[in-house]
Amino acid sequence: MKKTLLAAGLGLGLALSGVAQAKTLVYCSEGSPEGFTPSLYSAGTTFDASSQTIFNRLVQFETGTTKVIPGLAESWTASDDGLEYTFNLRKGVKFHTTPDFTPTRDFNADDILFSYNRQWKEDHPYYAIGGEHLYFGWMGMGELLSSIDKIDDYTVKFTLTKPESPFVSNLAMDFASILSAEYADNLTASGNQADIDFKPVGTGPFVFQSYQKDSMIRYKAHDDYWDGRSNIDKLVFAITTDASVRYQKLKAGECHVMPYPNPADVAEMQADPEINVLEQEGLNVGYLAFNTEKAPFNQKAVRQALSMAINKQAILDIVFEGAGAVAKNPIPPTMWSYNHAVRDYAYDPAGAKAMLDAAGVSGLKTNIWAMPVQRPYNPNARRMAELIQADWAAVGVDAEIVTFEWGEYLKRSNAGEHDTVLLGWTGDNGDPDNFMGVLLGCAAAESGGNRARWCHEEFDSLLNQARQLTDQAERTTLYEQAQVIFKEEAPWVTIAHSVAFKPVRAEVTGFKVHPLGSHIFYDGVDLK
Amino acid sequence: MFRFLINRLMLMVPVFFGVTLVAFGFIRVLPGDPVEVLAGERGVSPERHAELLAQLGFDKPLWQQYFNYIGDIFQGDLGTSLITNRPVVEEFFELFPATAELGLCAILFALIIGIPAGIIAAIKRGTWVDQGIMSISLTGYSMPIFWWGLLLIILFSNTLNLTPVSGRLSFLFDVPPVTGFMLIDTLLSDEKGSFLNALHHLILPSIVLGTIPLAVIARQTRSAMLEVLSEDYVRTARAKGLSTFRVVAIHALRNAMITVVTVIGLQISLLLAGAILTETIFGWPGIGKWIIFSVFSRDYFAVQGGLLLIATSIMIVNLIVDLLYGFINPRILHQKSKS
Amino acid sequence: MSATSSVSTSIRAQQWKEFWFYFSVSKTAVAGLVFLILVVLMALFADVISPHGPAEQYREFAKLPPAWIEGGQLQFFLGTDYAGRDMLSRIIHGSRLSLLAGCVVVVLSMSIGVLLGLIAGYRGGWVETLIMRVMDTIMAVPGLLLALVLVAILGPGLLNAMVAIAITYTPSFVRLTRASTLTELNRDYVTASKVAGAGPARLMFISILPNCMAPIIVQGTLSFSTAILDTAALGFLGMGAQAPIPEWGTLIAENRDLIMSAPWTVTFPGIAILFAVLAINLVGDGLRDALDPKLKRS
Repeated sequence: MKKTLLAAGLGLGLALSGVAQAKTLVYCSEGSPEGFTPSLYSAGTTFDASSQTIFNRLVQFETGTTKVIPGLAESWTASDDGLEYTFNLRKGVKFHTTPDFTPTRDFNADDILFSYNRQWKEDHPYYAIGGEHLYFGWMGMGELLSSIDKIDDYTVKFTLTKPESPFVSNLAMDFASILSAEYADNLTASGNQADIDFKPVGTGPFVFQSYQKDSMIRYKAHDDYWDGRSNIDKLVFAITTDASVRYQKLKAGECHVMPYPNPADVAEMQADPEINVLEQEGLNVGYLAFNTEKAPFNQKAVRQALSMAINKQAILDIVFEGAGAVAKNPIPPTMWSYNHAVRDYAYDPAGAKAMLDAAGVSGLKTNIWAMPVQRPYNPNARRMAELIQADWAAVGVDAEIVTFEWGEYLKRSNAGEHDTVLLGWTGDNGDPDNFMGVLLGCAAAESGGNRARWCHEEFDSLLNQARQLTDQAERTTLYEQAQVIFKEEAPWVTIAHSVAFKPVRAEVTGFKVHPLGSHIFYDGVDLK
Repeated sequence: MFRFLINRLMLMVPVFFGVTLVAFGFIRVLPGDPVEVLAGERGVSPERHAELLAQLGFDKPLWQQYFNYIGDIFQGDLGTSLITNRPVVEEFFELFPATAELGLCAILFALIIGIPAGIIAAIKRGTWVDQGIMSISLTGYSMPIFWWGLLLIILFSNTLNLTPVSGRLSFLFDVPPVTGFMLIDTLLSDEKGSFLNALHHLILPSIVLGTIPLAVIARQTRSAMLEVLSEDYVRTARAKGLSTFRVVAIHALRNAMITVVTVIGLQISLLLAGAILTETIFGWPGIGKWIIFSVFSRDYFAVQGGLLLIATSIMIVNLIVDLLYGFINPRILHQKSKS
Repeated sequence: MSATSSVSTSIRAQQWKEFWFYFSVSKTAVAGLVFLILVVLMALFADVISPHGPAEQYREFAKLPPAWIEGGQLQFFLGTDYAGRDMLSRIIHGSRLSLLAGCVVVVLSMSIGVLLGLIAGYRGGWVETLIMRVMDTIMAVPGLLLALVLVAILGPGLLNAMVAIAITYTPSFVRLTRASTLTELNRDYVTASKVAGAGPARLMFISILPNCMAPIIVQGTLSFSTAILDTAALGFLGMGAQAPIPEWGTLIAENRDLIMSAPWTVTFPGIAILFAVLAINLVGDGLRDALDPKLKRS
């Protein structure tokens, strides 16, 4: 202990190992969680701090893949018409014991009903507590579900209104986390219903201990975890919003794992023997969408020419600092049905200029909308827009960079006020429809999610056919055709799929990068 | 004294209502709306949008919204944060001690260096010492502190590895928040070494936030000292053979106190503005970082409540400063109550 | 009237001489003035003296260090940023924006503040109360915070940032002018012109205003330097001038993530801010000493 005192006094930081016997893993998270009930929020930051630590779901994504594996359900069966799913629940699963709650029973079907009905039934006593159940609505669960029935304590049946191929994957998403019905009843009895979102109780590998706003979250290992106690005794989320500060802390040994490094710092990290930089191609796409309702972007040739005018490699080098891959399709290459045969437009300013001239477009004045926020698919939209602006200037197109506050940006681009707009998407469940249908379908062109406002009949009918099918090979064929049409029509300039870098200190073992963006500290994570 | 107090309180009432109007107006004239912010890339249907706005009370006429707002204030309810769903008052007072601790340490740093520097400059008036101190202090006064903070981090944290980069305490210590003041909490806890660690985290942010007050204090102490040194009784005392040191020691104290109070009074508002920048740079979990995050993330109710609470705290500090003034120099009371 | 005007010109020349005598006593103030003039020249002739266009991207030379560091090139004397733009040229062009921001803020806040202060002092009554309470409200919120909130409402941008900062500076001019007006109002010459039948506008602007200008000018120079700082701070927080506009604070903000890998992109814009503000403050100190007779001796 004396040594620690001295080290602190001299300002050398703390040797991580010398402090205590308990294994403490410090994760420099990028922001404060919005709260601790996953169904109420949409940020990955919140999910890391809640669904991945405190909670489990019926089915889960295997860490490091998008494969669906059993969670609180040991097994499940689907009826032949694809309308009924029956889940057999795991027995002997213990909820967390906290200062406010001591569970008297194991997890059972009541907890499933509670967790789903809270998001679904407007007359549920907890429906309105805490706010809007965002993802439940976005995934169309309300219209999809016909009923959820408890067959017995350990069997639950979901009945759907129509077949939906990605249904089971949807249940592995964060919003479908299972809360304790018994805890909720206790809180109702004591009148502290709001506590359910701030003093969470779940079945997950870590027990929530405390949260100091904008500073830290503390967890301890769940001793009776159904899948075996975590190797880490204490888990700390050190909230550090600035990426360079996170790196400085990682370097000083003040934390073990950090997300979202500055692309500019990655090279230095890779050279540091004390830091391992893990990487994985993210399940995302960053794009520039042309508003195809406005002239001259209603002409295919203009869209193609402007695609050719952009030096994507320069964007990759400067904005992503190499932390990504040039995109040619609207879905990332790690996703099934990715069409490797599609050929991208090559960077060719002279050709682009000739095409624009041929199309009779000269002295074009337009705008590029750049997002005000950093997203996984675009680390710096402003910078990207500056580069595109310069590239287009070289072919005689004068573009002004426009930005709005984030909410306003989404709203206005949803309404189609832009000429061209930078945006992107991160996959929720690994299904191609979660990209192409949501972002490029005709229905989305109407509702605005399709920022290109591009409705192509043939493309759209391919998507519709694929949605009804359950066979992955058949669906793949249809999606591959759709990607060919997409490239030819060029409603977007597909820019990049980013690579997610996770710098981890050398003493951490077993940490895996998760393609859906979550940070998971269970499943073999340990400290040397 | 009592009349003075009443007068001051009466002046605070219209200002308080002025601030409520500003805070209330903020939400209504801001482009965009809270529901859009919540929904993100995935959007929300127009019907649901209207429903949610109604839930937040945005469908009522403006005057009614304002009266509801004032009514809520007097029940101690400043609304609920859109992002965290927690009462704004609760969030504010959870973070307030961090800012107070930083501000106090910054002022302390400014005093410890600024007052002696000012006194020395006054005694050595006209020499290179005086010019040196005054040049440095004017440089400090001209400092863009957000850049200053970054520079110190590059130097002391990155290059020399002498100070921690950000935060209030190493996360390896588990210190329960009792008072919210880290220096006190670490002393109360049984985590050995945590007090020094907390102190260590305070060094750079205090220097950055204290730089401008330090410059102001040094300059003001110098001119106050010059005035004292030129007064007849001091000259007499010196002529009588009292050492400069004793003369200064006797008179410096009173002047120093006046300077301190003046500076705190003048600087509290600037100090809070500085805290916004300092806390942003050093990841200090206080009010400054919170309010700017709330502005950026369009957490309408947090900004509305935060503005009011910050303005009220400044008014209270100013009141206290004026009262302290009265104790130190009773003549001022008379002049002030007239204006 | 014409006879008096020639007399007053010679008096004015005399005043100038006296002013310059007091001002030039302080060597630092003169040094500040010289530096300030250099910055102004730099801003005026930015297009001529800057080696490259401020927005020109030399992508093959991205993140080049300054010339005297290994790997640097003489043609990019202070190095380049992430897109290969020349830092020196950006900083030179940035001086225009910072000086402009300072001027606009001072002119706006001074003209509005002086006008309101004169009205408040001259009219008194409920007009005065209303004006002063509104000013108290503005002052109750920290300036930078209020400016941030105003910019959030108006939308980020250099012009909006200037307007927002000007609003937060107005109260100090109002208070100063009102206080001076109140003292001047009781002077004999004002009473005399009143008796002679001068209208309120004439009284306010011709009789009273020139006699309270000295403290207002000193406040003006002080505001000029803080306005540059505050514009840069807003730019740094992403609420001022928007990249790729090379305003100094914005330059620091847009390169902030390069602080570890290319620290020069953050260091030099900060030095530019510091020196410009320091020069203005030196001049401001000199002005105060020269204009304020009470402090002349100290």
